[in-house]
Amino acid sequence: MTTQERIGTHRLVVGAHYGTRDFIVQRITAIIMAVYTLVLFFGFLFSGEVNFENWRNLFTFTVLGAPVGQLLATLAFVSLAWHAWIGVRDIWMDYVTGAGLRLALHALTILWLVAAVVFFAKILWSL
Amino acid sequence: MSDSVSKPRPQFRNLSIARLMGYRLPLAGKASIMHRVSGALLFLCLPLVILPLFAASVTSPESYAGLREWASNPVCKLVVLVLIWGYLHHFCAGIRYLVLDLHIGMDKVSAQKSAGVVFGVSLALTVVFGLKLFGAW
Repeated sequence: MTTQERIGTHRLVVGAHYGTRDFIVQRITAIIMAVYTLVLFFGFLFSGEVNFENWRNLFTFTVLGAPVGQLLATLAFVSLAWHAWIGVRDIWMDYVTGAGLRLALHALTILWLVAAVVFFAKILWSL
Repeated sequence: MSDSVSKPRPQFRNLSIARLMGYRLPLAGKASIMHRVSGALLFLCLPLVILPLFAASVTSPESYAGLREWASNPVCKLVVLVLIWGYLHHFCAGIRYLVLDLHIGMDKVSAQKSAGVVFGVSLALTVVFGLKLFGAW
């Protein structure tokens, strides 16, 4: 323990130190999703006639053979899951005070989001 | 670590569920709680509604046609519209928070104004998408 972590002569400040990281992650993932939303929206507006091929192409287009559409969608969805984890965990931390129930809800939240990511990846990468 | 086992801190639980509607929240507070509500809604609907709809829309021309058929039902349109509102509110309120993080518009008056803008923009866009969804043009 360094002296910098001491406040006064008695009190030692301790913590898991994940707060700042989560604060930053929540904002970075938000920006990624916001930008992707605009990319999708304007891509849709300029994709011509509204039909199956043009819609699907928003997620499957390639650049020089690279699956850029799928990569961008995957990046945005992983951001969504990480963002949602922090947000929903904060809800449980605010309203659920019992440690056991809170732990169970945290575990269910993770399962829910991991299932969503796998579901999305399966849909997207089997196109 | 010396005082981590200190005496229990006092707790003041003076909020009451029964009186929830009686509390007067400022506009910024309303935008904040709706940010949370819309986020929770989107979280719950993600694997249940949003991903199945997405799957139908991209998997095959047949599933795409099936989705159009499903979406012709007004009740289904309403479900989609609620999700559109949730997304738009969360999007607009989120951008407001990003701006506040840059210490822009922190004073009381501008914070109330920007909360009003969040409601105005997200609800107006919801109306536009709703009109499109229900076939106004």
